[in-house]
Amino acid sequence: MAEKKHLLEVNHLKTSFFTDSGEVKAVNDVSYYVDEQEIVAVVGESGCGKSVTQMSVMQLIQSPPGKILGGEAILEGRDILKFRPDSKEMRAVRGEKISMIFQEPMTSLNPVITVGKQLTEVIRTHKKVSKKDAWQMGISALASVGIPEPEARMKNYPFEMSGGMRQRVMIAVAVACNSRLIVADEPTTALDVTTQAQVMELLLDVVDKMKTSLIVVTHNLGLVTRYADRIYVMYAGRIIESGTTEELMTKPCHPYTIGLLSAVPKLDADEQTHLTTIEGAPPDLANLPDACAFAPRCPYADEECKNSPHPELRLTDGHTHFSACHRKIRREET
Amino acid sequence: MSEQNILLKVENLKMHFPAESTWFGKPTKFVKAVDGIDFQIESGKTFGLVGESGCGKTTAGKCVLRIYEPTEGNIYYQGTDISKITQSQLKPYRRSIQLIFQDPYGSLDPRQSVGSIVREAVLADGKKKAEADVKARIEELLTLVELDLSMAGRYPHEMSGGQRQRLGIARALACEPKLIVCDEPVSALDVSIQAQIINLFESLQEKLGLTYLFIAHDLAVVRHIADTIAVMYLGHIVEMMDAGELYANPCHPYTKALLSAVPVTDYYTEQKRSRIVLEGEVPSPIHAPSGCPFHPRCRHAADLCKTQMPPLVDQGGGHFVACHNY
Repeated sequence: MAEKKHLLEVNHLKTSFFTDSGEVKAVNDVSYYVDEQEIVAVVGESGCGKSVTQMSVMQLIQSPPGKILGGEAILEGRDILKFRPDSKEMRAVRGEKISMIFQEPMTSLNPVITVGKQLTEVIRTHKKVSKKDAWQMGISALASVGIPEPEARMKNYPFEMSGGMRQRVMIAVAVACNSRLIVADEPTTALDVTTQAQVMELLLDVVDKMKTSLIVVTHNLGLVTRYADRIYVMYAGRIIESGTTEELMTKPCHPYTIGLLSAVPKLDADEQTHLTTIEGAPPDLANLPDACAFAPRCPYADEECKNSPHPELRLTDGHTHFSACHRKIRREET
Repeated sequence: MSEQNILLKVENLKMHFPAESTWFGKPTKFVKAVDGIDFQIESGKTFGLVGESGCGKTTAGKCVLRIYEPTEGNIYYQGTDISKITQSQLKPYRRSIQLIFQDPYGSLDPRQSVGSIVREAVLADGKKKAEADVKARIEELLTLVELDLSMAGRYPHEMSGGQRQRLGIARALACEPKLIVCDEPVSALDVSIQAQIINLFESLQEKLGLTYLFIAHDLAVVRHIADTIAVMYLGHIVEMMDAGELYANPCHPYTKALLSAVPVTDYYTEQKRSRIVLEGEVPSPIHAPSGCPFHPRCRHAADLCKTQMPPLVDQGGGHFVACHNY
């Protein structure tokens, strides 16, 4: 296999929030990478730490109470976690190298400033161009994300646009900056299915044309099946399974991934059967057990799962499919 | 279908909201949120209402509950027209038609404990009840929705999303309703919790013989829980059929587009599936297009579609489609 260059490589990232009820280990030893022009999905339920992981890499964690306790994030050969959060270098990373698209575009756009002004502001922060040129670049960025009448739209305020349109504006910001990596945090959750399809197709188009990479953070397994190259599944602050989309969707190994997949109602199910569920609720991140965090909800858990330390990610088959499960590991060793 | 079995029948329901008015307050323009829909629900069955935001599905649900006063049309509950009777005449029906909301947190009083929220609903009929009976009823309701009895002393903020939704269901069940209008009850929940709540809805229906009007935008969820499904677009029902038919034999171009936009988790199916990405967005209901509401986004639109609204016609076997091409 031809070795592709990792664009971003995150190793052993740890982020905690120090609250009244103790240390909340939101990100607990997370490692992942993104190759150039690759679409990677991070999947998990709310509170599993998937967003905090991305925010940590961007150094956007509010401190206090949050703190990045360790790890590194190598972007183009440099560890961006070494930069101070408010330093010039870090600001250059945000926007120029990595752009972030959030779930609710209304909250990430300023409601009292026109779209055009916000776009040109970003462009002029990162590029030395005149106001006039920045305005033209803004128009072409809006046009490239498929917004009709971009000249007129530049003068609009965010509230004059629909949800799908606002999300397009956010993507236009990333396009205008020529970012190497776009991190989309639940980009389509607030949108209708048909608009969701439009936005995802647009992101795919941007990856293709601009030669960027994309990290999609989502809880929607269907979305990643269609669009992602590789998938990381997170549970309680840890990555518990990773692999290519095909491996993960056709041969899931970790009981949590298996549970998640079977809990989704199927469109083409032959008859109305009871949905398989994962019993219980996600654990409290403030008092996580040392053992496997999924053991209390796991149908396969035995005494060893509850007593021995959290299992490490191990290769299951091939050389890209990893899973962190005692049972699976033991089954293979015998 | 015999007439007695029909619990709810809606005929030509219209809900128009005034949008612009003259200087004297006489409305000149209307948002036609619901513009003439007909459907009926059999007792003990689930009727799914699907569509994108702004298609009028929630408004339709609120009209059934008489939260909105419908502009036109009739709503028959067990044969009685409840669309025009006064609020005091409506009172006995209020008990038997209940509502479950999308956001359970927003619909629960944060300062009231779980027990007291359910107690309020149990006592809502104003009849005198012995304290022991009330307590027993609260316990019965919590057990019914699979909430631990120790939860009774807790407050909504101490509960997870799934538990809050269970509480919302327990409160709705307190009045012993026959019909429950569920407005996007699982769309705010995580996948694993969503499955638990869907299963709860199904087992409650079996145990108590409930009838649901299930409003949602997720086709897969509706396909799973509903017996009959109606697809809405801009205030109209464009297709109505048995749940099994939805996937096997969708007819309306909008239904087809919706189906293809729903992401699927089966890897090999997904690789093979062709998708129809709809251009543009749902038009504003103030400036609803002439003729078929879907024609500006429809690939098969002909001249007739631009001028004439297609009627909802039975294609056989209770499969209704509103499209000129069928």
